Amino acid sequence: MLYLAFLIGFILNGVARADRVQVAVASNFSGALDSISKNFEKETGHQVVITAGATGKFYAQIKAGAPFEVFLSADTSTPMKLEEEGLAVPGTRFTYAIGRLVLWSSKPHFVDREGTILKAGNFDHLSIANPKTAPYGAAAMEILKKKGLDVRLGPKLVQGENIAQAHQFVVSGNAQLGFVALSQVYRDGRLTSGSAWFIPDSEYNPIRQDAVILKNGENNAAARALLEYLQGPSAIEVMAALGYRH
Amino acid sequence: MLTAEDISALALTFKLAITVTVILMFLGIPFAWWLSRTRCRWKGGVEALIALPLFLPPSVLGFYLLVAMGPSGPIGYLTQRLGIGYLPFTFGGLVVASIIYSMPFVVQPLQSTFIGIPPRLLEAASTLRATPLDVFLSVVLPLSKSGLITAAVLGFAHTVGEFGIVLMIGGNIPGLTRLASVQIYDHVEALEYAQAHWLSGILVAFSFSVLLALYTLNHDRRGLWGRD
Repeated sequence: MLYLAFLIGFILNGVARADRVQVAVASNFSGALDSISKNFEKETGHQVVITAGATGKFYAQIKAGAPFEVFLSADTSTPMKLEEEGLAVPGTRFTYAIGRLVLWSSKPHFVDREGTILKAGNFDHLSIANPKTAPYGAAAMEILKKKGLDVRLGPKLVQGENIAQAHQFVVSGNAQLGFVALSQVYRDGRLTSGSAWFIPDSEYNPIRQDAVILKNGENNAAARALLEYLQGPSAIEVMAALGYRH
Repeated sequence: MLTAEDISALALTFKLAITVTVILMFLGIPFAWWLSRTRCRWKGGVEALIALPLFLPPSVLGFYLLVAMGPSGPIGYLTQRLGIGYLPFTFGGLVVASIIYSMPFVVQPLQSTFIGIPPRLLEAASTLRATPLDVFLSVVLPLSKSGLITAAVLGFAHTVGEFGIVLMIGGNIPGLTRLASVQIYDHVEALEYAQAHWLSGILVAFSFSVLLALYTLNHDRRGLWGRD
């Protein structure tokens, strides 16, 4: 009896493994991927294993042989680099989402609809993601430079390690406002709380986020299916509700 | 090689580590002495409280400190009422967070050293009419030299190596709260591995020398104790 149970377990395990895809996803998209993969699992029977983290860290881990099969990056350059270095499958790279930046405060009526508060400067701390390592931080810096405010506001800038931390600085009230990802403060077409300047796309270079299949996932049908699913209507609907463009 | 930003981060790290170590020794010595001698029933609770930062991941502890020190937290309320303002994103905030985080590394070695001092030596000093302070300064402290060194070195090294908390509380402001550990992390994240190697190399070399000095000193001590 026990032997039989083991045997069944073994077979089931073997079946499940064939349909399993291991995904590394940039932190900002992990919430979206959770919802998308739930639908994906229901529709296809494949299983998605998700690890969320920073893009630069994933790059180092993938180079060191991490077992990820699909990589959803926060930028375009890292997947390209992986492809050039032979660690990703050529021809599988595409932009799965375009992230949008928002100037947000947890206080209602604090940030005006035009973002003039940046010029007024009546705040102590403005939170951004690290412009050197996080695409959302780089975009924030680009906007400040364009407005000629980067030097003046420099002493008021506090940097989160990533966009999640930049968001925490604002949520905890330590920074009165910050440039965060729209997906962090937006559900079903509106702000979840506070006040915000919805920054026009023309103000900064689009934050393109690219996906790629890694060498480990080259022969995994579930990996290809997932990337296809990401471009389908159901996934796009989830992304739109969270404020991503496609 | 090192950039001006790297050097500023290193200098800031050592400034923080020295400040924190000095404060921790001043707080830790009387505190550890009390712990080593008291029969107070709260002793266990106090010891547990000090050791608590060891259990939480630094970035989680950092998050709670960020909330506690912020406008809606109790520490934030207190510092604001005292006219200090809010602590996050300031050097003072880093000092406070590091003291909490490094406290067990200073208090615990001190406490076990103090416990090891035979009560009869203290009694002997008292019968010679030494005041309690006298006993402490001229008997306890000299006997505890090795424990004092261990505590100071551990507190210092632990503050130098701190990352998650200082990133959270500091906000990574160049020249103000951007420490060496954060700077290395930024280099790694930005794939500037050469820069990261240089800065890490210096930190590793430094830590090794400190530990080597500590263990060499301790071996000498043990020799002395052996002759006692």
